[in-house]
Amino acid sequence: MTTELGSATDPRPTLAVWKFASCDGCQLTLLDCEDELLGLTDRVRIEHFLEMTSAEGAGGERARLDGRGPYDLSLVEGSITTAEDAERIQHVRRISRYLVTIGACATAGGIQALRNFADVDEFIAAVYARPEYISTLETSTAISAHVPVDLELRGCPIDRRQLLEVITAYLTGRKPRIPGHSVCFECKRRGTTCITVAHGIPCLGPVTHAGCGAICPAYGRGCYGCFGPSSQPNLRSMLAQLRHDGMSEQDIQRVFRTFNAASPEHAPVPDLAAEEQERPPNTTETHPERPA
Amino acid sequence: MNHRGTRVLRLDALARVEGEAALHLRVDGGTVAETRLRIYEPPRFFEALLRGRSHTEPPDITSRICGICPVAYQMSACQAIENACGVTVDGPLADLRRLLYCGEWIESHTLHIYLLHAPDFLGHADVVGLARDQRAAVERGLRLKQSGNAILEQLGGRPIHPVNVRIGGFYRTPAPQELRPLAQRLRQAREDALETVRWVAAFDFPDAVCDHDLLALRDPGHYAIDSGTPAVIAAQGGPRALREFALSDFEQHVRELQVAHSTALTATLDDRRFLTGPLARYAINGQWLHPVAAEAARDAGLGDPALGGMCDNPFRSIVVRAVEVLHAVEEALRIIDGYEQPPRPAAEVPPRRAVGAGATEAPRGLLYHRYALTEDGTLTGARIIPPTAQNQTAIEEDVRRAVQARLDRDGPDADDEELTLLCERAIRNHDPCISCSAHFLDLTVERA
Repeated sequence: MTTELGSATDPRPTLAVWKFASCDGCQLTLLDCEDELLGLTDRVRIEHFLEMTSAEGAGGERARLDGRGPYDLSLVEGSITTAEDAERIQHVRRISRYLVTIGACATAGGIQALRNFADVDEFIAAVYARPEYISTLETSTAISAHVPVDLELRGCPIDRRQLLEVITAYLTGRKPRIPGHSVCFECKRRGTTCITVAHGIPCLGPVTHAGCGAICPAYGRGCYGCFGPSSQPNLRSMLAQLRHDGMSEQDIQRVFRTFNAASPEHAPVPDLAAEEQERPPNTTETHPERPA
Repeated sequence: MNHRGTRVLRLDALARVEGEAALHLRVDGGTVAETRLRIYEPPRFFEALLRGRSHTEPPDITSRICGICPVAYQMSACQAIENACGVTVDGPLADLRRLLYCGEWIESHTLHIYLLHAPDFLGHADVVGLARDQRAAVERGLRLKQSGNAILEQLGGRPIHPVNVRIGGFYRTPAPQELRPLAQRLRQAREDALETVRWVAAFDFPDAVCDHDLLALRDPGHYAIDSGTPAVIAAQGGPRALREFALSDFEQHVRELQVAHSTALTATLDDRRFLTGPLARYAINGQWLHPVAAEAARDAGLGDPALGGMCDNPFRSIVVRAVEVLHAVEEALRIIDGYEQPPRPAAEVPPRRAVGAGATEAPRGLLYHRYALTEDGTLTGARIIPPTAQNQTAIEEDVRRAVQARLDRDGPDADDEELTLLCERAIRNHDPCISCSAHFLDLTVERA
């Protein structure tokens, strides 16, 4: 093995990557930085990143946690869904100087937070032959619900450019430029004609956090909100527009309850829907054929 | 170590795989008594949360099972729903789907070869250490991986959880000239992929033989990626004793079992241990590799795929993966060269009350989906059987054999560190995608 960890003379800050309930896509984003990966490892020492390195040898994550660290920058992927993980994140926080959550699971509970609106025992029974072996919490919660977080990077998955911005900003000691505005700004910047205005395609862009580069509208598809809520989203207007564009109440409910279901800024949708019912309905219940 | 006593080796967190798993190994005397791959990834309940969703949603939702092979999930989901709705997507739309899938094969396999697996053979803990010794090789790997991602980005919008896939096809199809820059990049990738086959073929491989039954899709004329019928080569019964079964019967053949003392589900194929993935694909589809890939396979010592050559050493799976990357690059180039933009980006898929199944070849093996729909397209049930779950028993058996072979060898006894490394290598041979498995593998509290 050519492990060179823990060198007292190595001036590089240390990086750790932690995984909780997730698909690994956000930590894979780091390995997808093909042009920057080797240069990055000249600037930071990757000390804990199970998907990438076995440098810490055998002994297990629990053993590694004891006596290892502290780490200068910790990237945390995934949500908290087990009692064990609720403990583990406390420890990760203690041994991390600067803690950044990466992705919708870590920042908003992820797709698995749909259990928060359901009966978890029933979920378990539906999937598992031997439910008695399953140990899980009734909720899937964001990292910030458990420990203080220094920065939250949104997206399902996160954007590679934003991740590099966070790491380089950390290395140069400045605040990362992660704007909180909506996807609409990115469509304008990209030069994409508004698909709602031009084609009547329902799109969550006006209430969704920027960061992806407005990919979906560029591909003729309405934004489905995978980066979660933008700062101060105007849900009332959004709801009216989605209905105007032909989305049924059920489709509206579903699209908000997907990858960022537990985001509080998007949670008031059912209440808003009830409130809106007092107004004259102007929608159909069917989804119109979307132009290509 | 003490051959006569009992010793227990625990590998608590497996590195350089996707997801979280541990291994429990018990040695009694000089015999490996138990190998147990434990997957402690928290359950995420995809099959349960899909109920009540629209039939348009599984491609996006199930891609979130795995960030490394999202296209595999999207393609199997699309096929299952289209199958339920009685729609077949063919022509240029099917070609584009295969092109997207080639991008994922190139990216995922190259990630595994260079970043996760090659360090095992060259004595490094990771790609950073490897790059200190072999900078040019690592740069070649990253460049090759990037060419796979370029396909995913161009056609899917982004490499992880692409946005452009829908049932029936795509939201937007590219004009032929948009794919031209990809072709240029892929011609470089062809050189890199060929060089990769030569690079990995020269590694030192431990002697090992697996005698698992092999399962892969079979699509005569094509090296199966996105279509085909499940086909099995039995380990016993003579060379190439091949049989097929209908996809609609998949769950009658591939059965998942929960063993009382174990924390994980296992699967059998007609009550026997089996393996899916590159070794199975190569055995079943080798004759349909592109000529350049077939030649590279012969030169790499994998036997002649046209004459039924097989690879039964799981440690050589890295060579088969490299051959598959080369094939995927060739296939991508072929599709781009012959591509004509279809008149519509997607076929219509009107819902109906039905059950449909779909299966495609994820980089690490066959991925099966089944959905039940109501007449308005609401999902009432979902079943997903990922490759790592199917491979679990074969992986455990490979680990057992590798450790037993080491214990039986003359010379100094193996210490825990050496055995751990050996176990890790035997597991990594199969590129296990553990997040994929965790939607049904249980997180268990081991009760004493």
